[in-house]
Amino acid sequence: MTVTAPAPAESARSTPVVPPRVVARRSPWLRQYVALAALAAVGIALPFVLPSAELAIAMRVVIFALMGIGWNIMSGFGGMFSFGHAAYFGIGAYVTAVLLVDFGVSPWIGLVAGMAVAAGAGVGISYLALRYKLTGAYYALSTFAFAEMLRLFVVGNDGLRRTVGFTVPVQQGDSWGMFQFRAGSPVYFWIATGMLVAALVVSIQFLRSRTGRFTLAARDDDMAAAAIGIDVLRYKLTTVAISAAITAAAGTLYLQYYMFVDPELAFGASVSNNAIITAVVGGAGTVWGPVVGAVVMAPLSDLVAGFLRNPPEWLSFVTGHGGLDVLVYAVILIACVLLLPQGIYGSIKNRAVRR
Amino acid sequence: MSTQTVAPAATASVVGPPERARASGGPSPRTLLVTLLVLVVASVVAGLVSGSTTVLTQALVTGLLTGGVYSLVAMGLTLVYGVLHIINFANGAMVALAMYITFAVVDATGMHPYATLLITVPAMFLLGAAMQTTLLNPIMKAPIQTQLLVTIGLALAIENGLLLVFGPNPRSVRLPGGAGVSILGATVDTSRIFAFAGALVLVAVLWIVLQRTPVGTAIRSVAANPEGARLVGIDIRSIYVLTFALGAAAAGAAGTLVAPFTTIEPTAGSVFNLTAFVVVVLGGMGNVPGALVGGLIVGLTEQLGGLILPGQSPLLAVFAVFLVVLFAKPRGIFGRAS
Repeated sequence: MTVTAPAPAESARSTPVVPPRVVARRSPWLRQYVALAALAAVGIALPFVLPSAELAIAMRVVIFALMGIGWNIMSGFGGMFSFGHAAYFGIGAYVTAVLLVDFGVSPWIGLVAGMAVAAGAGVGISYLALRYKLTGAYYALSTFAFAEMLRLFVVGNDGLRRTVGFTVPVQQGDSWGMFQFRAGSPVYFWIATGMLVAALVVSIQFLRSRTGRFTLAARDDDMAAAAIGIDVLRYKLTTVAISAAITAAAGTLYLQYYMFVDPELAFGASVSNNAIITAVVGGAGTVWGPVVGAVVMAPLSDLVAGFLRNPPEWLSFVTGHGGLDVLVYAVILIACVLLLPQGIYGSIKNRAVRR
Repeated sequence: MSTQTVAPAATASVVGPPERARASGGPSPRTLLVTLLVLVVASVVAGLVSGSTTVLTQALVTGLLTGGVYSLVAMGLTLVYGVLHIINFANGAMVALAMYITFAVVDATGMHPYATLLITVPAMFLLGAAMQTTLLNPIMKAPIQTQLLVTIGLALAIENGLLLVFGPNPRSVRLPGGAGVSILGATVDTSRIFAFAGALVLVAVLWIVLQRTPVGTAIRSVAANPEGARLVGIDIRSIYVLTFALGAAAAGAAGTLVAPFTTIEPTAGSVFNLTAFVVVVLGGMGNVPGALVGGLIVGLTEQLGGLILPGQSPLLAVFAVFLVVLFAKPRGIFGRAS
């Protein structure tokens, strides 16, 4: 079974969506947890080290990483290519926002409620899609349509403030109960790091669990998995639920940190793109790929924009032109995807394994 | 290729086996009839809800004409998917690029907007060929997310390149002397009628190229079975390049034809992206005549849906139809069963 053995390079050609990689080799999990502890330590230390502008970028990295991890579980491990993760991100943000703004419910409860609703929605839509055997591009487009329908539904609904969006009411001082702290507070980053660590624990444990192994088996060969008695649909739906819940948590975090959300920021196509870009550039189908992808891609447009605001002498003609930062971002994205087909982390890991 | 009788399960296309494609090519009469019936019922309901025949006629005429535009924009998308199995997310951006070329040429030379077709179509053809050769040919066997990310990157690059060169201010192209005309009591832009006619011509041209030329036969055989095509001596890579170039040229024609009644801005094309995907899936991915019919259905659904569900975005009805069709007939209304 490819589940426990490193997949040979040739088999990468045969599967349609996400080729099997050296994803789930037996028992590197102890090393995983050591790396995780190191990540947590860095996360706790960062607010003391970074100035607040850079801390804001680090916060974006964590939000991107959460979305990438969520996407990766469903699409990288599960092989169900999602083109609509904005749906779950948006549900997380909007459920929290509605509960908080209209009913005064704590965002912590909103977080859990958002994760539950997103998981339910994910299971519902995926049940239909899998039941009717949508695969590949058709499955991707159905997820895309689902996210787009949610966006249009919010835009057309007075109770959801149409295009106006929700603004989180400001509290007096720091409030743990209301998940709100003064601007630039390190607590936001610590909470975010906690969520990131939790998501990575879920990722690692998922690969070690029965559910994870059966899901990988079904990803690599649906028919064979079903033939040896795996209830493919059940494990796929579980995978979708976990993925949607993590992505929804990212949505709540986004809302509480930026204190504002509107239909485009929550359900827009660029949200889905960010989730995919993060995971694929880092390395889809690996635990750490989305984290690496977020570290590389999330600050990129900021860095490029900052660089272009004060360009060196030979580039001075670019000042004052909009669009160049995203153009450079796009070129780097294309180069990354073309030159590192396994993603940054995936490529490094493959090289290490081959040695 | 005539011995090829079974299409590979994963390929839904024009394209299928040549003889079947020639026999049925377009939508089958039965599905057409059912679709027509659904639309008639929807029109009656919409007419009852709105309570005015003028409103209903206006919706029907607008729906048909908008539908023509949608199928125009979707033509390149469906061709590329049918042959290359790549969802070209940059299709909308390519349409926007063609709009800007039209604007720039008209602005600089004062040429008639439709005459710029002589420039946009070849220019986009070459650009498409270059994109396929340099960016997409190396990843034809890569997983779907790799291909999608490259086309998303292309879309971002084109849109922001346009923003860089032309700035954020919207531009427009005027047709000389073109005003509205009246059809059955409904008022419509003449430019929309030209775009509709353009869509018909484009379908006919692509259809003839695909069905009646040796190159078209090669394209169809690559779509049906790349490995088999390679074995009989077809250079698959060149066919991919040619197909993507044709798709880009179709996007170029769409951009010019749409420009006179659209606000030209860098993201003008991505507005069409969503509907184009729906059109392509409805029509059966890779089915060129299907894209025409799919476009008309989407245009009508949007307008009638707007009447039946007032206050909601009319696109909501379009997406609802889309999901229902995906689940009921995963290969599209006019796609063949696998």
